[in-house]
Amino acid sequence: MRAKIEVFLKSGVLDPQGETIKRALHTLGYESIKDVRQGKVFYIEIEDDNPEKTIEEIARKVLANPVIEDFKWEIEK
Amino acid sequence: MGNRKVKFGVVVYPGTNCDRDTYHVIKEVAEEEAQYLWYKDTDLKGSQVVILPGGFSYGDYLRSGAIARFSPIMKAIREFAENGGLVLGICNGFQILLEAGLLPGAMLRNRGLRFICRFVDLTVENDETPFTLLYKRGEKLRIPIAHIDGNYFATPEVMAELEKRKGIIFRYVNNPNGSLHDTAGIINSRGNVLGLMPHPERASEALVGSTDGLRMFLSAAKFVRES
Amino acid sequence: MIDKKLLEEHNLSEEEYTKIKDILGREPNLVELGLFSVMWSEHCSYKSSRIHLAKLPTKGKYLIQGPGENAGVVKADGKAVVFKVESHNHPSFVEPYQGAATGVGGILRDVFTMGARPVALLDSLHFGPLSKPANRAIMEGVVSGIAGYGNPVGVPTVGGEVDFEEEFSHNPLVNVMCVGLTERDRIFYARAGEPGLSLIYAGAPTGRDGIHGATMASAEFGAETEHKKVNVQVGDPFREKLLLEATLEVMEKDLIVGIQDMGAAGLTSSSSEMASKSGVGVELYLDNVPLREEGMTPYEILLSESQERMLMVAKKGKEGEIKSIFDKWGIDSRVVGKTTDDKRFRAIWKGKIVADIPVDSLAGDSPRYNRPYVIPEKDERLEDKWLENRDWGQVLKKILNSEHMASRHWVYEQYDHMVQINTVLLPGLGPAVLRIKGKTSGIALTIDANPAWGRSDPKKGAILTVAEAFRNLATVGAEPLGITNCLNFGNPEKPEIMGQFVETVEGMKEALEFFGVPVTGGNVSFYNETEGKAIPPTVTIGAVGLIPDLSVLPRPEKVKEGDWIYLLGWTKRDIGSSVYLKVIHNERGGKVPDINLENEKSLQGEIIRLVREGKVSFAFDLSPGGLLPNLSEALFSIGKGATLRVETDLEEVFYLFGESPSRAIIISPYRISAKVPVLKIGQIRGDELIVYLNGKKILQEPLNTIKKGWATYFNRLFDR
Repeated sequence: MRAKIEVFLKSGVLDPQGETIKRALHTLGYESIKDVRQGKVFYIEIEDDNPEKTIEEIARKVLANPVIEDFKWEIEK
Repeated sequence: MGNRKVKFGVVVYPGTNCDRDTYHVIKEVAEEEAQYLWYKDTDLKGSQVVILPGGFSYGDYLRSGAIARFSPIMKAIREFAENGGLVLGICNGFQILLEAGLLPGAMLRNRGLRFICRFVDLTVENDETPFTLLYKRGEKLRIPIAHIDGNYFATPEVMAELEKRKGIIFRYVNNPNGSLHDTAGIINSRGNVLGLMPHPERASEALVGSTDGLRMFLSAAKFVRES
Repeated sequence: MIDKKLLEEHNLSEEEYTKIKDILGREPNLVELGLFSVMWSEHCSYKSSRIHLAKLPTKGKYLIQGPGENAGVVKADGKAVVFKVESHNHPSFVEPYQGAATGVGGILRDVFTMGARPVALLDSLHFGPLSKPANRAIMEGVVSGIAGYGNPVGVPTVGGEVDFEEEFSHNPLVNVMCVGLTERDRIFYARAGEPGLSLIYAGAPTGRDGIHGATMASAEFGAETEHKKVNVQVGDPFREKLLLEATLEVMEKDLIVGIQDMGAAGLTSSSSEMASKSGVGVELYLDNVPLREEGMTPYEILLSESQERMLMVAKKGKEGEIKSIFDKWGIDSRVVGKTTDDKRFRAIWKGKIVADIPVDSLAGDSPRYNRPYVIPEKDERLEDKWLENRDWGQVLKKILNSEHMASRHWVYEQYDHMVQINTVLLPGLGPAVLRIKGKTSGIALTIDANPAWGRSDPKKGAILTVAEAFRNLATVGAEPLGITNCLNFGNPEKPEIMGQFVETVEGMKEALEFFGVPVTGGNVSFYNETEGKAIPPTVTIGAVGLIPDLSVLPRPEKVKEGDWIYLLGWTKRDIGSSVYLKVIHNERGGKVPDINLENEKSLQGEIIRLVREGKVSFAFDLSPGGLLPNLSEALFSIGKGATLRVETDLEEVFYLFGESPSRAIIISPYRISAKVPVLKIGQIRGDELIVYLNGKKILQEPLNTIKKGWATYFNRLFDR
C-alpha cells in the first residue's frame, strides 16, 4: 500500500518561499491569491501490519521538524 | 596539566565538507590535536572537544541536518554533552544540533531564498562561555557565512528564554538571512554546546582574510586545559 | 532494417554508414548503430575540429599531461595542477538549473579521475540581454544550478565571468573550469592495462538519462526543443561528493590501473576509450550494470548518460578491496566487464552478444573531416560619431550601471567561494588566487572570453583573449603554466562558421606559440545555433599561473592614502567592440584593437617583476570597460577615492573608455620605472573620484555615489 504524507510549515512560521510565490503570482496578475504556503509531499510504499502507527511515527520523528512543521498523512489502499 | 595539547574530534558525516578545513585549523593554526570521527563510530576516542563541521550532510535532502542526527555517533555526542563535554556545531553542524534537540529552535530558508557566501560582521554578546572566553563582550568580529538555511527561528517563549539567560552568543550586525533577534549563534543552558552559522575555521588565518574566528578554538582548548 | 530515417535519427551520413558496414563486414544491428552514432558524433569524436586542433602547441616546460586525457596537468612548485574547461551549453538552454549543475558535476569528475582533489571551479557564462525576462530566467537557473551542485560538493567557485550579447538568447554559454591539486607521482590515466582485468562500475545506477545527449550536443536546435527535455540529466551532488571521496581513497591505496568518468556516451565511451588507448579489448556484462529503471534495453544501458558514475580497471585481485571502500562511502560498485586480448568491444546481455565491434573504430579511428571553410570578413569600422565628447561623469555611471560592468556579487555570493580555505583573493576583481597549503606559493586562475572580439575578428579576438588571460595572471605576479580552452561555435557544416573556427585556432596558435605556453586540453562545442542563427565565435581561455611568494601579493587592503597610480603600456585609438560602444551607442561591432605581442610580453614581464619585488600595493589590467570603469571598480574594492590628472593628444574617449590591450594600472607607494611606458596619472586620496583631463576637471563625485548603481544592478533585477 501507499502512504501520502504532507509536511508544511506551521501557521505561525514565516514561509519565505510561499511569500515569494505569492508575490510572483500577484505580479502575474493573480490578485485573488491571498496566501501561499509551500510544503512537501512524500509518497511511501509500505508493507506493514500496522501501517498507521509506522507512518505516524516516521512523520513525527523524521519527515517533519516539530519546531517549525506540521504534517498530515493518509494511506491509499 | 601544563601545555598538554587538547584533543579535538571532528565529526565526518556523508556530505560533510568542512571537516578537512576544521582539522587543518585545529592542527596547523591552533596547534592542538585533531582527529576525525566517522559518523558510524560509537565512541569519541577520547576527544575533549567535539566539533560538528559545516557541509551538506546527506545532501541536506530532507532538511538541513535532519538525517545526520540519526547516525550512530549522535548517541555518543549526546552523552558527552550531557556530561558537560564541549560541543561546537558550525553551520551544518549547528543545524544538526538543532535537529537533534541539543539546541533549541530550527532553521528556515534564508529570507532572500538564496545561498549567501560572504564575510559578515558579528558582535560577541557573551564572553563567559567556554568558546568565547578569549573574546570581549561587544567586540566586533569579521567571519564569513555560507548557507541557504540559516534563518534562525524559535517560538517567542524560547527567544525570551534565550535572551534572559544570555544564550545568544553572536549576533549579526546586518542581518543577512532573517534570523530572529539577529541570531548568529546560541548556546545551551548548561553552557557547553554552542552552535553558530558563521564559519570560524574560515577566519583563522590572515592570508585568507581574517583571524577573528581562531579564538573560538583557542578558547575551547584553554577552557579544557584549565578545567 | 536500417533505413534513411533511422540514419537521420542517429545523425549519421550515408557515407558514415558505408564506413560502418566496411568495418563490420556486415550490417550493424540497432545497438551497434547507436554506439557508432554517439561515438562518431561531433561531441565525442571532434571529427570537424581535430585536424585544426592538431596545430596548437602542446609542449611546455611545465607540462606533465597534454590533450587526450580527462584533463591536462602542469607542474607548480613541486605539485601537479590538473585542470580543464568544458561547455554545457545545450543542456543549460533546455533546463538551466540541471544543465549547469550537471556541467559542474562532469568537470569535477574529469579532474578527480586524474587523481586530483578539486580545489576550485570557475565559469564563463554568456546570456542574452537581461531586458528579456526569458534570459533572466536562464541566468537565474544557471547560477543556482552551479551553486546547487558546487556548494554541496565542497569545491569553491572562486572566479569567472558573466556577460551578455543578443545572440546568446537562444544559445547561452555555460563553460565550467575545474582545477585540482595532487602530487606529481599520483596522477591516474584512462588506461585499461592488460587483458584479463576487471572493469568496475561505481556510482549511481543507470537510468534513461540523456540517451543521445551527445548527439543532441551535435545538432542544431529547432523549435521543438521543448520535447528534448526528456534528454536532460539530473545531478546528485551528494552522491558526487561520496564518489569523489571514495575514488580518491581507492587511488590513495593504489588499487586501480586506470579510470574514466562515464560522461557523454557513458559506459560505451569510457570502456572503449580506455581499451583503445591500451591496445586491448573489452567485454561488458550488461546484466551486471545496476539499473534505476525497469525494462532498459542494451541500447539504453550502453548509451545512458546518467550522472555520477565511474568506470575503473582494477589491479589484479584488488576487486574486493575496492568494493569495501565504495561500500564504506555508501556507493554501489560492481564488476561489469573485463579487458580482453582481441581488441573488440563486446557487450553481452542475457547470454547473447548484442554488440561486437573493433574497439579502435569506436574510439581512436572515428572519422575526421576537413570541412570546407571561408574566412569571415572582418569588421574594421571606426566611426567619427563614436569619438564625440560627452559628459564623461554621466557616461561612467551609465557604464558601471549596465549589465556589462555592474558588480557580479549577486552571482558569486551564491557560490561558496571560500570552502577549503585557500581563497586568498575574494572574487570580483582580477584572477582568483589560491594558496597551496604548506607552501609559501600559490596558484592564480583565470577564465576569459570576449565574444564581441570574435564577432568582429575571430583571429585577433583569440590572440587578444590569450593575451588578456596572461595579463590577468601577471597582475598578481603569476606566470602562465598552461591553458585549457573551450571553443564555442555555430554549425561547422556551414563554411562561414568553419572559417571562424579555423581563424580562431590560428589566433590561439599564434599567441600561445609566442608566449611558449601549451594547451593542455579543453573542448569544442559546435552547433550553438537556433533556427539558423549562430552565436558569435567565442573562445574561452582558462589559464593557470604560479605565484612563488604570496607574501608580496598585491591586494586591495594594502593600498594606502597617498599611494601613486601608474598607467603602464600603450593607449591607442581603440574603441571598436568596446563596452562603451555597447552601452552608449548601442553598437556591437567595430574594429577590434590591434595587439603587438612583443609589447604585451614586455608589459607582463615588467608587471610580474614589480609585483615580485614587493613594490605593488595593488594592480589590475585594463580590460573591457577601459580606464575609468576599471579604476572605479578597483577603488570600490579598495574603499578609497583618487585624484587623476591625465594628459592625452588623442580624442578623449580613447583615454577614458578605450580598450587598448597591453595596459595595466599599478598602485604603489614607490617610484616606479619599467622597460615599458609608465605614466604617473594620479594618487589615492579622500573619498571622491576627481578626474582632470588635459588640465580640465571632467569629474568630481563621491565614490559612494558612483558605486550605487554598480553595486545594486543585479539585485534590482532579480531580488524583487
